[in-house]
Amino acid sequence: MWRGDYLFLCSNLILKDFRLRYRHMSLGVFWSLLNPIVMMGVLTFVFTIMFPNGIQKYPVFLLCGIVPYNFFTVAWTAGTTSMVENAGLIKRVAVPRFIIPLTAVISNCVHLCIQIGLLFFIAFIFGIRPNRAWWWLPFVWLMETFFVCGLALLSSGLYVYLRDMRYVVESLNTMLFWLVPIIYDFSAIPQRFIPIFHYNPLAALIFAMRDVLLKGVAPPNSLLINLCGVSFLTLGVGFFSFQRLKTRFYDYL
Amino acid sequence: MSVIVCDHVSKKFQRHAAQRLLREHVTTWWKHREHVDFYALKDVSFEVKNGESLAIVGANGAGKSTLLGLICGLAKPTTGSVAVNGKIAALLELGSGFHPDLTGRENLYLNASLLGFTRRETKALFDSIVDFAGLADVMDEPLRTYSSGMAMRLAFSVALNMEPDILIVDEVLAVGDHAFQQKCLERIHKFRSAEKTLLFVSHNSSVVTEFCDRALWLDHGELMMQGDAARVVAAYEGQPILSESV
Repeated sequence: MWRGDYLFLCSNLILKDFRLRYRHMSLGVFWSLLNPIVMMGVLTFVFTIMFPNGIQKYPVFLLCGIVPYNFFTVAWTAGTTSMVENAGLIKRVAVPRFIIPLTAVISNCVHLCIQIGLLFFIAFIFGIRPNRAWWWLPFVWLMETFFVCGLALLSSGLYVYLRDMRYVVESLNTMLFWLVPIIYDFSAIPQRFIPIFHYNPLAALIFAMRDVLLKGVAPPNSLLINLCGVSFLTLGVGFFSFQRLKTRFYDYL
Repeated sequence: MSVIVCDHVSKKFQRHAAQRLLREHVTTWWKHREHVDFYALKDVSFEVKNGESLAIVGANGAGKSTLLGLICGLAKPTTGSVAVNGKIAALLELGSGFHPDLTGRENLYLNASLLGFTRRETKALFDSIVDFAGLADVMDEPLRTYSSGMAMRLAFSVALNMEPDILIVDEVLAVGDHAFQQKCLERIHKFRSAEKTLLFVSHNSSVVTEFCDRALWLDHGELMMQGDAARVVAAYEGQPILSESV
């Protein structure tokens, strides 16, 4: 039905999110940096002074976990609530529905870029320099974005019918903070649980980041294949379930 | 050629659609759910030919907005089919997609992209849209500083400049000052003489009879009457008490 310019529409929706977020903030983009800096500071204090763990370059190590985690939780939550928040649009304009959760996720990439900038800056201070393995970073981030898009499509569709979906997402996010290796290292995971972490794209992303930034090596192939597989699978499942769910959005919004 | 064909269209809503919490789904899982259905539209069939203008009249809750929603492709009919042939610009509600904190310019771009303009078209038409709305001085002010009439002018101007094949207007002319209303009416006349199709919902019978050749009268989702606009409007206005008592 709708035969418009997808790119133009997406860019306008993303710009809208960006403008609304930063227009009334005197410090603007700085607020995106505040949260990871505070988290990094507090956790570094706790885990190098109170519970020393002997991990080298701990602030960089932490940020490799915090930045992907922040992106994941914020983008997923924003994607989940996007359909209901844009109910006015959905009920009045025949734009393709899936655009709404997708742009909610993608506009968080702007945030993400700022935070990745911070990560690179801190890494630079700790004497880490780019090498060839860094070319893997855009790829793993792209996979992660696909994964979040898939999840957001699924959860935003369900949220229209089940308004407590949001609390499920929020609880899962809190759980993930501990179940994903943000403050601890891969080596701390007992052998029998390792496969679970291998198939978790968020954990895989954090491992990949640490391999590239801290060890300067490319992530292992098995990890990349898992990350790819799970991300595309999630995107596919999300897209098809969204197509099923969307037929009755009009009645429920 | 018919640009809109509605063939035995019914739209059913379930009253328990309010059931939107997990708790409600769980606690009623094993119970036989009483589906309290109601039909927003019952077996409505009509056609609109190219260049025709059709008015839809009826009391509140008669199913007018649901019908327009189906035509715009916002929802699918429960039974029957809706076929539309051509580019639609719908003004279903004032400034859907407008955001008060964005400036007039930003809202114009956003709204244009929602309606399906490309970037190039939007740039090319920008000036004429702003001119028509008469808002050239305030385009860089946030929309929340606009009066509701000014916001409406912007929305209407974007939709009219889209050069749609089918224009759907849902009772929006009521806002806007006299001068702008005149401008809109003129534009709609021009639109009509260009052999474009107009779908018009209004409670203002003089506007309906002025613009529309034909009219549909909906009542509680049923098509009561269709035909010559003046006759349908007369019939609709002649029996307001009857439709209330049903």
